[in-house]
Amino acid sequence: MPLVKNARIVTDIFVQVPDGAELPDDGAVLVSATRFLEDPETLLARPGRLGVVWPNNRVVDDLVPFLDRLAVVALAFPTFRDGRAYSQARLLRERHGYDGELRATGQVLRDQFVFMLRAGFDAFETKKQSDAEAFAVTAKRYSVFYQPTGDGRVTALNRRMQQRHSESAGQ
Amino acid sequence: MTSPLEQKIRITGPSMVTANRTFDGAVIYRTASKGWSTSLSDAAVVRTAEQARSLLAESVADDLGAVGAYIAPVEIRDGGEINPGNLREYIRSRGITIDLSVPA
Amino acid sequence: MYAYDELDRTLINERVEEFRDQVRRRLSGELTEDEFKMLRLQNGVYLQLHAYMFRIAIPYGTLSSKQLRRLAHVARRYDRGYGHFTTRQNIQFNWIKLAELPDALADLAEVGIHSMQTSGNNTRNVTSDQWAGVAPGEIEDPRIWSELLRQFTTLHPEFSFLPRKFKFAITACAHDRAAIKIHDIGLRLHKNAQGETGFEVLVGGGLGRTPFIAKTIKPFVHGRDLLSYVEAILRVYNQYGRRDNIYKARIKILVHELGIEKFASEVEGEWRAMGDSALTLDDTVIEEIRSRFSYPRYEKLPHMPEELRLAARDPLFERWRRNSVSTHKMQGYAIVTLSLKPVGGPPGDASADQMDAIAELADKYSFGEIRVGHEQNLALPHVAKRDLPALWKALDKIGLATPNVNLVSDIIACPGLDYCSLANARSIPIAQELTRRFANHDTAGLIGRLHINISGCINACGHHHVGHIGILGVEKNGEEFYQITIGGRADENAELGALIGPAVPYREVADVVEDIVEAYLALRERPDELFVDTVKRLGVEPFRERVYATR
Repeated sequence: MPLVKNARIVTDIFVQVPDGAELPDDGAVLVSATRFLEDPETLLARPGRLGVVWPNNRVVDDLVPFLDRLAVVALAFPTFRDGRAYSQARLLRERHGYDGELRATGQVLRDQFVFMLRAGFDAFETKKQSDAEAFAVTAKRYSVFYQPTGDGRVTALNRRMQQRHSESAGQ
Repeated sequence: MTSPLEQKIRITGPSMVTANRTFDGAVIYRTASKGWSTSLSDAAVVRTAEQARSLLAESVADDLGAVGAYIAPVEIRDGGEINPGNLREYIRSRGITIDLSVPA
Repeated sequence: MYAYDELDRTLINERVEEFRDQVRRRLSGELTEDEFKMLRLQNGVYLQLHAYMFRIAIPYGTLSSKQLRRLAHVARRYDRGYGHFTTRQNIQFNWIKLAELPDALADLAEVGIHSMQTSGNNTRNVTSDQWAGVAPGEIEDPRIWSELLRQFTTLHPEFSFLPRKFKFAITACAHDRAAIKIHDIGLRLHKNAQGETGFEVLVGGGLGRTPFIAKTIKPFVHGRDLLSYVEAILRVYNQYGRRDNIYKARIKILVHELGIEKFASEVEGEWRAMGDSALTLDDTVIEEIRSRFSYPRYEKLPHMPEELRLAARDPLFERWRRNSVSTHKMQGYAIVTLSLKPVGGPPGDASADQMDAIAELADKYSFGEIRVGHEQNLALPHVAKRDLPALWKALDKIGLATPNVNLVSDIIACPGLDYCSLANARSIPIAQELTRRFANHDTAGLIGRLHINISGCINACGHHHVGHIGILGVEKNGEEFYQITIGGRADENAELGALIGPAVPYREVADVVEDIVEAYLALRERPDELFVDTVKRLGVEPFRERVYATR
């Protein structure tokens, strides 16, 4: 499952450690939400970066107190039709100010890239190699966006208002 | 979404496998020579659940050529002619039952 | 009419290119059907019995003549020369080839027509009153708000993969022609005591297996908060709507399971947490959208023009005028409904030739504008009264002047088993037979306003639950049977119909409907007591007796 970051395929330095298995002494690890919440302080104290895999059927509130110390939050798309993680992503970025890596995992297909980027994801465990390779091109598919999200893209409404302004300013 | 193969396969009489052609949606029937035909008379007829399952499995595997394959009943006339086995298949093979031309 | 600008057109074109690429990947095998299905649904492409069906969006039911001509072109070039107008103000083509769809979409994009989100688990066409902008007594044009909602919900990154489909409707009149109470979100535009525009927000309406009438979640949401409040509702639904069972996945089930108070407080909590939202609309933004709607330059016309006075001598013209012509907010103008329910014809269909002819008539008599109603008829919204006689003659020539609007033969029907792979039974032939039984328009006029709705399966695309007479196709031992309900309504007094008895076979349906109508005529208190009011007054029993006495 190629990992895409910054529109390129990169090596994933995070090791996903199953519940019950011992954590390596250092190095970047991903742990489950259950494991994390059992003893967050110990996990956060360990050397090496920490990421949490958060299920899509649980509100993110319990994770919020720790966001500024997490390197990665991985959200899930168990099927590509299940869009709960889009809401989770927006809440993490826009309401709770999370600015670490927000990773999309599970059934991540090319046709969801733009939606995911706009919702705040910046890392993508893509299902298909060909989709990962097409990321840069796909991300540019759309240049007009109707609604605001936390991604900073100017909405069509605002662009029109800006045009109006500059038109009347020029008069 | 469960694939048709995950469901229990039961047939109540002679049956065939039908689907829609991917590129244009036309009604197609699975033939005995591992292909598809738009003509019901070319349909492979199966008479046991195992045969039906096997025919369905090979049809479903052709994801590029056909969409939505399923098992449907047929009626075999005395001369061996294959006829649709229910109203739905009748409509699929013969077309809509309504007269579209409207009297002035 | 809303004028699409460079930005709107760019978005539509980008969508066409994306779909072209998706079709290419499907036909090359790069995408499996399982992966492709959701993508094609998001562009309104269904697989039906005989072919793909293509559903095109007509936002809030408003079309320009140029757009209607292009629909005629698509019907000819890519389909079999006709289209079907739906109960959600959209149009459907039944014979489209997948391989040709991107070209059809490109042709449509040139005139600002798209098919985004006309299917799939996302937010669908925001429907409205087909008389928006011209109905007397309208508080303000609801289409401004429909357009704001349309833009807000189009390709929304958070809400494109909801648990299930999501439908909006808006009304701005006391009489609800948009059936808001059977929508996931229904919006009733009105003004508060300070004279500010806002909405009563209703949630959880919907038909299908578990029909519900929508409940009020908030009596007044200020116009500026409409989008942020809707976002709160959608977010609660996206997170908590059921995903384990498609028959329990609509928001109506969530509202039912939580209860309206708990649901309302969840939404309120989310809305408050949103705080100062980027979605809050200020007046300049609303004005910006409003300014892109153009309205006709109406002339100052007399209430009773000479042409109309003279034509009144023709009984056939008069019958049509009394039936199909409605009062316009501007003196000297009228709203004309074009019945797409000819005797013996499939309800809601129009041929490519008819579409072209209507476009020409719209140019000549209606400032180039056409409307689509959820009852599957069209309307010309700005006709000068003096032009009514000439318009009538022209409509009559092309079979679009059947004087049966809102009468018993003005039937709403889904495509049914003739077209649809979900159907249990056929609906169109039933409708056709019924129009033949009630072909005498004077008799139909005597019977009065009576809505028959036919659905070929429990998915209820024909809205049978809210028909004055509702007909639902079911399957019994491989044969087509129909359950009949009476007393349903879709307007501001929305109500679900009640079953009159056991299902009846295909060949008896028309007889049963005739029996019901006869019972009504015998039981009504006065000639102007509507069928649906007689049912309310007397209940189902007297009708049941009449129908099942000999069955």
